[in-house]
Amino acid sequence: MKTVFLTVYFLTLFQSFLFASTQILNLGNGTEPRDLDPHTVTGIPEFQIIQNLFEGLVGKDPKTLEPTPGVAESWKISKDGKIYTFKLRKNAKWSNGEPITASDFIYSWKRLLDPLTASEYAYQGYYIKGGKDFNQGKLKDPNQLGIKSADPYTLAVTLENPTPYFLSLLYHHSLYPVHRATVEKHGMRWTRPENMVSNGPFSLKKWQMNQLISVEKNPNYWDAGTVKLEKVNFYAVEKAETEEKMFLTKKLQVTSTVPTEKISPWTKDTSGVLKRHPYLGTYYYWINVNRPPLNNPLIRKALALAIDREKLVKYVVKGGQAPAEGFTPPGTGGFKPESRLPKDSSRVPEAKKLLAQAGFPEGKGLQPIEILYNTSESHKKIAEAIQQMWSENLGVQATLYNQEWKVFLDTQHSKNYMVSRAGWIADYNDPNTFLDMLTTGNGNNHAGWSNKMYDSLIEKAAKELNSKKRYEIFQKAEDILLEELPVIPLYVYTRIYLLSPDVQGWFENVEDIHPLKYVWMK
Amino acid sequence: MGSTYVLKRLAIMVPIFFLVVTLVFFMIRFAPGGPFSSEKSVSPAILKNLEAKYHMDEPLLSQYVRYWKDLFRGDLGPSFKHANRSVNEIIEEALPISLELGLLSLTWAVLIGVSAGGLAALKPNTVYDYVPMAFSILGICLPTFVVGPVLVLVFGLWLQWLPVAGWETWQDRVLPSLTLGFAYAAYISRLTRGGLIEIRGQEFIRTARAKGLTEKEILIKHSLRGGLLPVVSYLGPALAGIITGALVTETIFNIPGLGRFFIESAVNRDYTVVMGTSLLYFTLIFVCNFLVDIVYAVLDPRVKYV
Repeated sequence: MKTVFLTVYFLTLFQSFLFASTQILNLGNGTEPRDLDPHTVTGIPEFQIIQNLFEGLVGKDPKTLEPTPGVAESWKISKDGKIYTFKLRKNAKWSNGEPITASDFIYSWKRLLDPLTASEYAYQGYYIKGGKDFNQGKLKDPNQLGIKSADPYTLAVTLENPTPYFLSLLYHHSLYPVHRATVEKHGMRWTRPENMVSNGPFSLKKWQMNQLISVEKNPNYWDAGTVKLEKVNFYAVEKAETEEKMFLTKKLQVTSTVPTEKISPWTKDTSGVLKRHPYLGTYYYWINVNRPPLNNPLIRKALALAIDREKLVKYVVKGGQAPAEGFTPPGTGGFKPESRLPKDSSRVPEAKKLLAQAGFPEGKGLQPIEILYNTSESHKKIAEAIQQMWSENLGVQATLYNQEWKVFLDTQHSKNYMVSRAGWIADYNDPNTFLDMLTTGNGNNHAGWSNKMYDSLIEKAAKELNSKKRYEIFQKAEDILLEELPVIPLYVYTRIYLLSPDVQGWFENVEDIHPLKYVWMK
Repeated sequence: MGSTYVLKRLAIMVPIFFLVVTLVFFMIRFAPGGPFSSEKSVSPAILKNLEAKYHMDEPLLSQYVRYWKDLFRGDLGPSFKHANRSVNEIIEEALPISLELGLLSLTWAVLIGVSAGGLAALKPNTVYDYVPMAFSILGICLPTFVVGPVLVLVFGLWLQWLPVAGWETWQDRVLPSLTLGFAYAAYISRLTRGGLIEIRGQEFIRTARAKGLTEKEILIKHSLRGGLLPVVSYLGPALAGIITGALVTETIFNIPGLGRFFIESAVNRDYTVVMGTSLLYFTLIFVCNFLVDIVYAVLDPRVKYV
C-alpha cells in the first residue's frame, strides 16, 4: 500500500514538474494600458493584450498574416466585392460558456459606431454601409447599417465600397465582439478582471496598474486544443533599460524594445536573442504648405532632396532602419512604391538648382526654417542632423525647438508650425492606411495640403478590385505626394526587441503580430 | 501646550487647502493640450461626446464648483487616462505601495543612520568617526538615480541575488528601499552624531559620568533621548519627502507607487488624477509635520507651545 502511495506521489510530482508552470510567458509590454475595451482603446500595448483576450470573425496566420477562420468558420464574398457573408462556428463561446452569435457582432459594431461610445477608431467601421453617417449623427436608425443576420450563425455585411483588405481589417481590435450583458451591467468597469467576459484564447485574471496584467488560458475557447500557454503576464515597463535588465535576469522572455544605446552591443551578441525586422511605419516631417516660404513646392522639394537618408539611419538613428524613398513603407499589403527620394546625397546638385529657381541661390535671403519636435533625445538628434544637412548642402538655416508631448500635439493640430516631426504606423496592412491620411480635410493631414487629383485617386483605389490596378493607382498617388511634398519621409521603422530562445511559434513579420494562441515555451 | 495649539494648526490648514485646490485646478486646465488630445485625430463630434462624458463641456467655473461638491463627498472623480478606474481607486491601489516603500526606506535610514552616527559620536575623531562620516557625505552627494542602478548592477545583474525590478515578492523590496533609504541614512547619521556630541557637554551627562557609568550606558540611557531630537524633527519631513519623492526610485525599479501616477498624470493632462494626488501629497506633508511637532513637545519638556 505504501509503495502505491509513493509511486502515485512521485508520478504526480514528476507530472507537475514536466507540465505545470512551464507554460508561462512573461512579456514587456511598454506603457500601462489605458483600458482593455476593444472599441475605445487606441494604443499598441492595449492591442497586444486585447488580440489574445478577444477574437474577431477572422484570425491571422502568424507566418503569412493571411486571414484564418476565427469566430467565422467560412465566408463568401459577392462578385462586386461589397457583400461578405460569414458563417459563424457553432462551438464558439464566450468565456462564461454562452454561445457567440451574429447578434453579438451586430451589437458590437453598432456600439463601435455609436457616437455615444466616442470611439477614436470608429472610422474602422466606416467601410460598413451607413457606418460613417451613423457615427456622425446623419443616420439615426442603427438598423439601417449594412449588418444583418439571417439566422444566429449567419452574418451578412454590406460595404460602402469593395474593400479588398476588409478581411485583414477584421483582425483589428475595433471590430472584435464584446459581451452585451457584461457591458450593459458594469458600464465603464466591465473591463475589470472581476467583470470581464471575453471570447479569445485567454481570459483576464489580474490587473495591477503600472505593474502587470495576467491572462490565463480560456477553457471555453473553441480552439483551446491549439493553445499551449497556460498563463501570460504582460508587464507594464516603461523604461527600456529596466526592461532589458528584466530580460537579462530572465524575468521577461520578450521585451517591447531595446534601449537605443544598447542596440549596437546587442548586434554583436551571437545568441540570436536580438530580433530586428522591418515594420509598417514611416518616420517623416510634416511641412506646413500654407506657411511661406514653404508654400513654394520648389523649396519643399529642395529640402527633401538635400537629405542623406542613409547617413541619417546609419549614424544617427542607428537601429538598422531603412532610408525612406517613398511615403508608404515597402511591403505594405504587398505594395512596393517606387523610389522617388534619394537614399544618399546624389541629388544635392538638383536640390541646389531648385532652390536657386525659387529665388534663393545658396539659401541666401531665405528665412530660417523652424523644426518642431516633441521633447525626446532621439528626435533631437535627428533634427540636428537634418539641420546640418540643410545647412551644408543647401546653405539653408534651420532652428530647432521642442515641446512637451501634449503641447506639441496642440501645435500640430492648430498648424502653428513650419516643419514638424511625425511618425505613422499602419492600422492595417494596406497602402490606404498611409495614403488616405493626406486627402483633403482628413483630420490627420497636418500639412494643410489639398490636391484634387490626389483625392480622386484615393477614392478610385477604394473602389478598385483588381489589386494590380489598385497598386498602380496608389503609385500615382505616391508620385503626386513626392512631387508636392507636404511630407518629407525620412526612414522606415524597424521593430527591435529581445526574444528568448525558449519562446517557440513566434514569427517575425512586418505587422509585428504574434497571436499567442500559437506560441509555446520550450 | 494644549488643545488650542492643535486647533490653531488645524485651522491654518483650511485656507491653505482651499488655495491648493483652486491653484492646481486652474493651473492644470490652463496648460496647453488636454486629456483627449491624441496623435490620431478625433472628429469634433467624438470629441464633443468625450467631453460631455467627463462634464468638460460645462463652463470652467461650474466644473470647479462640481469638483468641490464631489470632494466634499470624498469623490475624487474618474480618471481620464485609466478609463475603468476612479481616482479614489488609483490612490487605494498605489498609496499602500508608496507607504510600504517609504516606511521600509525610513527603517533602513534610521537603522543605518542612528547606528553610524552613534558609533561616530562614541569615539569622535577616530577612524570610527571618519569612516561612517565619509560614507554619509557620499550618501548625501549621490542621487538615487546613481545609487539605484549601481545596486541593480551589482546585486541584480552580477551577483543575481536580488530581482532588478518589480514589486511582487519580498526580495523585490530590498534594493528599492535601500536605494531610497541610503540618502536619508546619511543625513540621519550626521544629525545623530551632532546631537549626541552636543549632549555630551551637558551637566547631567557629567553627573552620570561622575556616578561611574560607562560611556555605553550613558549613551543609551541618557544621551539618546535628548541627542536624537534633531533626528526626530527631521523624520517628519523625511517621511513626507520619501513618500512624495520616491518617483525616481519607483521608475528605476518599476514600482507601481503613487509617485509615477503623480508625474504621468501631469504629462497626460489627467486632470482628476493630478488634483487627487496633489491634494493627497499636501495632506501627507501637512500631517507629517504636524505629528512631528507634537512628538517634539512630548520628548522635550523645554518645548512649550502657547
